[in-house]
Amino acid sequence: MENNLVIETVDLHKEYKRDEFQVIALQNANLQIHKGEFVALMGPSGSGKSTLLYLIAAIDRPSQGRVRVLGQDLQQLSDKEIAHWRNEHVGFVFQTFNLIPVLTARENVELPLLLTNLSKKERIEHAETALKLVALSDRMTHYPRQLSGGQEQRVAIARAIVTDPALILADEPTGDLDAHSAQEVLTILTKLNQEHGKTVVMVTHDPHAARYASKIRYLEKGELLPEGSPPPA
Amino acid sequence: MAIPFSYNFRNLRVRKTTTVMTALGIALTVAVLLGIMAMVVGLNVALQATGHPLQMIVVRKNSNSELGSQVAREALLSIKYKDGIQKFPNGEPMVSGEIVRVINLPRKNNPEGANVNIRGLSQLGIEMRPGIRLAEGNWFEPGQREIVVGQSIALRYVNAALGDTLRFGRGDWKIVGVLDAGKTAFDNEIWGELNQIASDFNQNETLSSVLVRATDPIALEALKNSMADDQRLYLDAKSEVEYYSQLTSSADPVKFLGVFVAIIMAIGSSFAAMNTMYAAVVRRAREIGTLRVLGFSRGSILLSFVVESLLLSLLGGLFGVLLVIPLNGLKSGIGNFGTTFSEIGFDFRITPFIVLVGIAFATIMGIFGGLLPARTAAKQDILNALREL
Repeated sequence: MENNLVIETVDLHKEYKRDEFQVIALQNANLQIHKGEFVALMGPSGSGKSTLLYLIAAIDRPSQGRVRVLGQDLQQLSDKEIAHWRNEHVGFVFQTFNLIPVLTARENVELPLLLTNLSKKERIEHAETALKLVALSDRMTHYPRQLSGGQEQRVAIARAIVTDPALILADEPTGDLDAHSAQEVLTILTKLNQEHGKTVVMVTHDPHAARYASKIRYLEKGELLPEGSPPPA
Repeated sequence: MAIPFSYNFRNLRVRKTTTVMTALGIALTVAVLLGIMAMVVGLNVALQATGHPLQMIVVRKNSNSELGSQVAREALLSIKYKDGIQKFPNGEPMVSGEIVRVINLPRKNNPEGANVNIRGLSQLGIEMRPGIRLAEGNWFEPGQREIVVGQSIALRYVNAALGDTLRFGRGDWKIVGVLDAGKTAFDNEIWGELNQIASDFNQNETLSSVLVRATDPIALEALKNSMADDQRLYLDAKSEVEYYSQLTSSADPVKFLGVFVAIIMAIGSSFAAMNTMYAAVVRRAREIGTLRVLGFSRGSILLSFVVESLLLSLLGGLFGVLLVIPLNGLKSGIGNFGTTFSEIGFDFRITPFIVLVGIAFATIMGIFGGLLPARTAAKQDILNALREL
């Protein structure tokens, strides 16, 4: 394996059983993403792009095939090991932000650090640094309901990067945002990629958002189209 | 590290109406249990503390209480000269013949009245009960229509205070003293001079009971056996402590009913807590999924929801304890109590132990109500949880 290979999927296949029907969500996906890349996964609804992202994040398990992320074969890890691995290496950004409504912005960002050995003081320092990075120093003690959608997504990005993971996975991060907020979020993701060396994989419908990525990969009907393919019609 | 308490605490605060409703349900359950326990502890104190360990009460064979017993006065002489009986410094044996009768007196909160024990006894009988002292006034004088009332009587009955006059038997009796029996059963009695009471109730030939003090515990057993074996006397003897302890068993049905009601209510309250927690799990499915994505294990999720249920039930337990604390020291009574057919007054007692029982009871309800919903939360598939709205 190449040293700078961050994600490698081999013949990745995922089937769901919905009632009596077998649904193929992803078939024979072979994807390679290198360190420092910003890759957009695009495709129509049901094309399998989110499934691929969830398999890379080990949120879901493949039916067949292999996923290797940062040198780790994910299928070899137990549920508990995966939780620990994800906490350490992957920052995940959701379309719907998924902040905990009863916790402040800083407490939300601090959450993943509760699973580390950092002291309370260090956790607060790290959380505050992450919030500064997304330009939300003045909203630390605000609850999610007191923030705009764009601000909520920026808190969610701060939460995703607070453990300093090598890989950031974003599932439609601008899907619920207005154009201005979307641009702010995409600028932050680009900055994380270019200035902090994070590898970013972003699922998106939006061609404008995809333009921020250094590479676009298309999916159609569960198949990952070859690199350099034009967008599906 | 586990999911922080503040997460659970604030979630309870956010849904405050549901939290308060569920906690109140638990509070009422705890209050019922603690109310019953406070009553039982009060009754136990009133009855179990009564009696001297070396003394026995002699009654007619097969009589369960002094009230239903008749002992011929001649028997008193036979008893007095048995071996193993302790003596006063003047050489007089510690044997007190007593008469117990029941009268009905109007109570302050119940004009129809309740039964009260009248005890006729001599100076010897008073001296054989060293735990009893006068709270106010004087002891009755022989040959006078004078009585001394227990503190509980003085407080709870009409015209029963020091200096008042009570009418029973053949006429009026002046209250010349109030006795403090240290919350024991004697606080619920009226005492008068033996012969005065005997003649008023036309009971000159017989006594109700004879109180006897033995020299030591072995002599006490020997005396008890000797009384029971003496066919001529036809008597039974019970240790004084045992006699009053047995009366507490009369409260058993009340105790049983109270505990039964509390357990049924506890099951109901646990289901209410369970319902609340299930609703919380459903509403917070996406949060649970997010926490799992962030790296929290199934165990952390389980613990977090059990903790939340526990916080909820402890809040209920606390409300429950606060509800019953005003009962502490409240004076009450059980009418027609056991075989004495008289009322036993007692104070509700909220002891630290009772408070602990209430909190423990709430904890059990919390764990029982929280465990299944917490298990559901922990077992959720991350993807399905994230897709919940």
